[in-house]
Amino acid sequence: MGQPAASPAIAALRERVARLEGGPARNRATLPFGVPRIDKVLPGGGLALGALHDVAGGRNGAIDGAAAALFAAGIAARAKGKVLWCVTRQDLFAPALAQAGLLPGRVVYVEAGDEASVLACFEEGLRHGGLGAVVAELARLSMTASRRLQLAAEASGAIGIAIRRWRRQTEATDFGQPTAAVTRWRVTALPSRPLPVSGIGRARWQLELIRVRAGESADFEVEACDDKGRLALFSGLADRSPSARDGPVRAIG
Amino acid sequence: MGRSAPSAEIPIVMLGRQGNRRLVLAADAAAHTAGLRIGMPASKAQVLVPNLQSFDLDSAADAAALDRMALWSLRYAPIVAADPPDGLIIDTTGADHLHGGEETMLEGLVSRMAASGIEARAAVADTWGAAHACARFLARPTFVAPLGQAPAIMRALPIGALRLPHDIVEGLLTLGFERMGEVEAAPRASLTLRFGPELGRRLDQAMGRRSEPFEPARSPELIEVRRAFGEPIGAAETIARYTGKLVATLCEALEAKGLGARRLDLLLHRVDNRIEAIRVGTAVPVRDVKRLTRLLTDRIETVDPGFGIEVMTLAATLAEPFGAKQIISSLVEEPEPDITDLIDVLANRIGEQRLYRFAPVESDVPERSVRRIAPNAPDDGTSWPGDWPRPPRLLTHPEPIETMALLPDHPPVWFSWRGIRRRVTRADGPERVFGEWWHRDAELIAVRDYFQVEDESGERFWIYRAGDGEDPETGSHKWFLHGVFA
Repeated sequence: MGQPAASPAIAALRERVARLEGGPARNRATLPFGVPRIDKVLPGGGLALGALHDVAGGRNGAIDGAAAALFAAGIAARAKGKVLWCVTRQDLFAPALAQAGLLPGRVVYVEAGDEASVLACFEEGLRHGGLGAVVAELARLSMTASRRLQLAAEASGAIGIAIRRWRRQTEATDFGQPTAAVTRWRVTALPSRPLPVSGIGRARWQLELIRVRAGESADFEVEACDDKGRLALFSGLADRSPSARDGPVRAIG
Repeated sequence: MGRSAPSAEIPIVMLGRQGNRRLVLAADAAAHTAGLRIGMPASKAQVLVPNLQSFDLDSAADAAALDRMALWSLRYAPIVAADPPDGLIIDTTGADHLHGGEETMLEGLVSRMAASGIEARAAVADTWGAAHACARFLARPTFVAPLGQAPAIMRALPIGALRLPHDIVEGLLTLGFERMGEVEAAPRASLTLRFGPELGRRLDQAMGRRSEPFEPARSPELIEVRRAFGEPIGAAETIARYTGKLVATLCEALEAKGLGARRLDLLLHRVDNRIEAIRVGTAVPVRDVKRLTRLLTDRIETVDPGFGIEVMTLAATLAEPFGAKQIISSLVEEPEPDITDLIDVLANRIGEQRLYRFAPVESDVPERSVRRIAPNAPDDGTSWPGDWPRPPRLLTHPEPIETMALLPDHPPVWFSWRGIRRRVTRADGPERVFGEWWHRDAELIAVRDYFQVEDESGERFWIYRAGDGEDPETGSHKWFLHGVFA
């Protein structure tokens, strides 16, 4: 745990609660974002490995899931091992994922045809244990289904990311329904900051951590994944290169 | 076929002896146009067409060739058989999804046959009888009867489609029966009295009221294990247990030959003479009992045991050499975990071609820059050049948008897509993509100018203008939306 224990009694209690939650065999490793402000609010100092995470896009992103896909690709790029990406119908453009650091040689795509098959493939991938991350694009995720996925992920240690996409904006209210996912994120595009010259700068996202187990929700304004899948906090300074900003942060994380 | 092959324009017939007459037993398309018919006396045919090429029919060789073709078609489904003199039966139950659905499977089958010079017609229907009739009377060159529709389709077909001896068909025609539906509506008893039980049997088989088992074709060198049960079994757990035992025996046989299985067929012979089949394939040769058992038991829910299963046979219909492999041990590098077993499980569940990786293709045209490769193809580490932004979601078909833009190389001021009008606040471009003239002549001077635009809310889109903005030859100057950025 990140925060220091106030007293031995509290520490012992915490340990008991942790045992009740998942047993001693549970994988406690995490994948840090490399951004201290985000990692601080996540228990364990990063995105839990061996857990299910729920990601959706805001506004139009609820339908196209473009930002959510890049966010997931960034996480998968930083995870170790191969990646399984399950979709109902294929509309991903692999060069964009490669630009977020997820090289084509690492991703196996499954075009499952319908939601039920996507769920089955998602669970199969999470259960396997040889994969670093498993991503699935889903509209509906029930409590029962997500519980199964969470247990499968806990057993294997792979990161499970459910990208939620709906056919219509109104169906996106489904995202309020509870699931067993450990964290829940919403990624919404923000207007990029003006450049001194004409053109478009690095994309910016409003990253909302809506729910996190054993933690508090938070909002961040971040700059989208770079070519290694790393996010960066919006610095407010116009003329610092991404590498200069990321260097020291990587050294800490 | 070499130089000695007969020319396609000259009519060819096959002659054979029936009783003490020499008859035409087979004729090609050219012979048909020349007026030659099957069953015509050989002397008459030779008079009608002076330069006729005729050969003696070798029915034994024909049957052997048909058997070889049946073994070849094992690639489509585990239960196949030759249907002499000119047909193949394939029981596609539970196998079509592995070949992209029934339509695609039939088209693939017919075009593969065409590639080796065989003109084939194929049909899928609920029963052997119905498929037999549809292939010969409806397929152009393929036909798929909707599920449960076979009886309705059959009723409209002529009685010649019933697989009856020639004299019964003649007799029915004399009585005025033309369609199968008319025969079906007529009282059965009097027809049976006149033509024997064969007519009723064929009718019932075509309509699916009577089962019609057949002996599946098997090649002699096949590695196959078999287990018969004194008491028929039916519970899924029991089937799974004996599947495990069969796989263990089969793996021993494979090991003795130094092979690994690429495709396994588990046939479950039911007490009512029907055969249920499970087919699984693997991406690499496998001899691991646990892994193969898992693949087979995964699909047990798809079989219907009926009143029980009395015989189970398991065959490795495709086996490849499988030698011992050196395990790479390294102190520095962690070995990459093997995921071929996961790929096998998923491929058997949803179909092989729906599991893939993307690989780069050297092309500037976005939709041509990716291709799908097998999930376990070797990774050469290549990627796409990263200098230009690419959207994570690409529309399959670029959608036309309404815009207002200055020509030649300014991005639009606003655009409207799917009924929503967006004001462009920032834009980047143009990225000019030239047509690839080596693919199509029409692309010789075609040009697309891509822009990345951002609207007021920060959403980004990838739009392009067909044409360079000056020369109307290069494109229509219409605008399209091709992708959505994050």
